[in-house]
Amino acid sequence: MRTTTVVVGGGQSGLAMSQCLSRRSIDHVVFERNEVANSWRQERWDSLRLLTPNWQCRLPGIDYRGDDPDGFMSALEVADFIGEYAKVIAAPVMDGTTVTSVRRTDDGYLVTTEQGEWRCPTVVVATGAFNLPSVPAFATAVPSEIATLTPMEYRNPDQLRQGGVMVVGASATGVQIASEIRRSDREVILAVGEHVRAPRVYRGRDIHWWMEAAGVLDERYNEVDDIVRARRVPSMQLAGSDDRATFDLNALTSMGVKLVGRFAGVNDGRAQFSGSLRNKCELADLKLGRLLDTIDEWTTANDLDDSVPPPHRFEPTVVDPSPRLDLDLTSGEIETIIWATGYRPDYSWLDIDVLDAKGLIRHDGGVIDSPGMYLIGAPFLRRRKSSFIDGSRADAEDLIDELSSYLDRRASPARG
Amino acid sequence: MVTTNTPVNNGVNVEALLGARVALTEAPEAAQFQWRATCEWQNGTHSRSTVEGFFGLGEEQRHRTLYTFDADHPEIFASEDNGATPVEYVLVALASCLTAGVAAVAQNREIQLRSVSATIDGGMDVRGILGMDSDVRNGFSDIKVTYTIDADASPDEIKALVAQSQKRSAVYDIITNPTNVSVEVN
Repeated sequence: MRTTTVVVGGGQSGLAMSQCLSRRSIDHVVFERNEVANSWRQERWDSLRLLTPNWQCRLPGIDYRGDDPDGFMSALEVADFIGEYAKVIAAPVMDGTTVTSVRRTDDGYLVTTEQGEWRCPTVVVATGAFNLPSVPAFATAVPSEIATLTPMEYRNPDQLRQGGVMVVGASATGVQIASEIRRSDREVILAVGEHVRAPRVYRGRDIHWWMEAAGVLDERYNEVDDIVRARRVPSMQLAGSDDRATFDLNALTSMGVKLVGRFAGVNDGRAQFSGSLRNKCELADLKLGRLLDTIDEWTTANDLDDSVPPPHRFEPTVVDPSPRLDLDLTSGEIETIIWATGYRPDYSWLDIDVLDAKGLIRHDGGVIDSPGMYLIGAPFLRRRKSSFIDGSRADAEDLIDELSSYLDRRASPARG
Repeated sequence: MVTTNTPVNNGVNVEALLGARVALTEAPEAAQFQWRATCEWQNGTHSRSTVEGFFGLGEEQRHRTLYTFDADHPEIFASEDNGATPVEYVLVALASCLTAGVAAVAQNREIQLRSVSATIDGGMDVRGILGMDSDVRNGFSDIKVTYTIDADASPDEIKALVAQSQKRSAVYDIITNPTNVSVEVN
């Protein structure tokens, strides 16, 4: 079978791209291995809510129209929102269709699915950045009596043994899971490496409102100092909740979560923690200060100081002057380790040489280093908000220009 | 008085460092370095170490000259004090690594430094090395570095220089994270 564009992945990014393709009357098909928005439905913990407020859930052609613009959708509500979007835009989704291979041909691409083969001049990779948990190599040295879980396996505290839990990683995932487990009356140790501190609310507004207003979320991939680094920055320590609580390390400490440095290795059954906790916290505090400076400067420059509460700064992160450096994993102090150490994409189906040494796709703002191939839904793909739903909209609207001009060039090569 | 159009010069060639990053992205194997030292026992606790050759950028390299380091223990340990103690070399290594980082980061951020000084203290319970109490570690119980920096920058920008320097420091990493060490006898 033939089509013009194959979109691999039926999440928010693939559907946003589908809508942009439809608007230009570009014949296409969206392959989804399960059902639309599967990861939101199947691969996240029960209490997860979107980090961005409802009003920011925008996809090409639709805005949030519910009655709680400042609320945060649960993962299932996100899945329903995306499923509804697929219906509204009448996306040509083939669900239950796993793509097993994409390879180059003389005139484009051959996409093999479990239900047959498709040929097309253009492919959009929209399979997401969070397909597989990323766990450090030394995880294999953890004694077998410790239960280990990734966030993809974690659902809620009830599934855990009684006893202490170590959560490794202090991004949004780590801080949310650590606080939830702590509330289940277990001792929780949080291993903290590089992290990004953020308050949920500043000067009476949601932090995402400020970041959008001040242009931070729209910062372009070709405007930042070091895009390779920017794409690896962990997610902000945020959670979506009704009480708009802040989930920074001070909040966790006040709940009784114990902070240790980055989990650096296992030696003789002992977990070893880096002595760099103070530095990591200082870096995060300073970075937060710079973000708030940007917000305050924007507010003043736009004459809005009278319409919001005055600027203030948050207490520096409180760090034990001598945080513990090791923990005997055989002592029973902890029963469970949760590796909130990030995710990585799964491109095992991609039979084209476009991956870098770290297994990520080489691309320039989503234009993959293979003619007619595009990537959407990766961190800082084209702008800081690329990994958010709202970012899918903006990126799809940019990438459709790239894709359709490629098709034009291909149709009339003489015009160059 | 500072004039804004004077180019920042901390004596660090940032362009060369950034150029190296680009070059090493294309040739990651050239990034594999090996640092070396030799050590010769003198007498008692006195030893003399030297540093001259190292490997990097795909070939053997040499320092401009051979550097020599005498290490010994102080007289209160019944030694002759022919040099700094090995643990003091660790403090020297950390302070000099962080200070080099401060200068490099400042140059990259176009901050002119006027003076940078650091004091560094390493606390140690010597009952560990004396084998008196197996619950006491041999090494430092804590290390405290205190910087005094005069530069054309705000207090937060200066704090950020020092924080970033730690983030990029080899010796800071060596001290704060575990390292596999194998010691063999020929």
